Amino acid sequence: MSDPSSRPTITAIFSVFLRIGLLSFGGGVTGWVFREVVTLRHWIEEDEFMSGLAMSQILPGTNIGNLSIYVGQRLRGGLGAAAALVGLLCGPFFSVIALVSAYSTIREVPFVDTAMNGIAAAAIGMVLIIVGRGARRFVMDPAAAMAMLATFVSVGLLHWSLPLTAFIVGTISVLVAFLRTKTHEG
Amino acid sequence: MKDDLPLALIAVFVPFSLASIGGGISVMAGIQHETVDVHHWVTARDFVDLFAISRAAPGPGSMLTTLIGWHVMGWTGAIIATLSLFVPSSLLCYGVALVWRRYRGRRWHTAMEMGLTPIGIGLLLAGVVSILRIGGGGFLAWAVAFGSAGLMAWRPRLPPLLVFALGGIIFIVARAIAEGRMAL
Repeated sequence: MSDPSSRPTITAIFSVFLRIGLLSFGGGVTGWVFREVVTLRHWIEEDEFMSGLAMSQILPGTNIGNLSIYVGQRLRGGLGAAAALVGLLCGPFFSVIALVSAYSTIREVPFVDTAMNGIAAAAIGMVLIIVGRGARRFVMDPAAAMAMLATFVSVGLLHWSLPLTAFIVGTISVLVAFLRTKTHEG
Repeated sequence: MKDDLPLALIAVFVPFSLASIGGGISVMAGIQHETVDVHHWVTARDFVDLFAISRAAPGPGSMLTTLIGWHVMGWTGAIIATLSLFVPSSLLCYGVALVWRRYRGRRWHTAMEMGLTPIGIGLLLAGVVSILRIGGGGFLAWAVAFGSAGLMAWRPRLPPLLVFALGGIIFIVARAIAEGRMAL
């Protein structure tokens, strides 16, 4: 992928993100980006995805909007970022509006809520794949594993402030990493 | 008053764009307060319905904002609300991504990358827990989520929509069995 001629075109970026936006029922959009961009197309490396994922969550804005900007920027600069974001939002934009008029009818269909919850649970599976890939790289790295666990417990279980957690755990984690890169360089 | 509506939409959603650290979910309560209690653009009941619709549609949950704009001013409102929520944070993210790429290879850059990745994964897992909690379903939801993860990790080319449909069917069967038991 380092060969610039093999970079995807703006149209390709737009259509992949359009596809992600249209197919990502039940949430789990991050999982779709990982599948389409890393697993299936190898447009970016897993390492770069993980680093972009962290950035997109820590910065303000929707995680998935930011992740699209990051991937698009990495592939094709400003135009790539715009193509990714517009592609991502196009489908959902028209879908939600179409659903408003259909909603009162759909609500009458029995089991529709139950089916939606099942779909959402299955969609979460796509996100769990990324968690699994991340966790696997932390097995050999106790400091990273602790940072991940501390973040999860603080935000996910104790519902403490996300920005504060990211700031405190992030500072410690980056400092530890910084000291270790020094020892690596000898 | 009506003439100020586009400006009011921008004034409400732009700050949320830049305040939404941790994603759309983190500002939902604030958006609800502003649109229901302060501006009376939607009723509390409408808000719950629009939230449900945004969950049923594909894409990010923050498309709820699009629906509020639509509810208030039709197509114009939908476009203004969507852009107000996505553009400011996207410009910021673009700027950071640009600077971020420029310093690739520096020692502090590598350290930040290494140090922040576990935070990203931890936050992702926290998000998973909160989404499964909103959807209800308890043990079954977790079982379906892990089952689907296992299936898709094992067969990456399997169409995800097939797996999703399976999840929906499992939930319906489970509910039918539960209700059948109650009827007996």
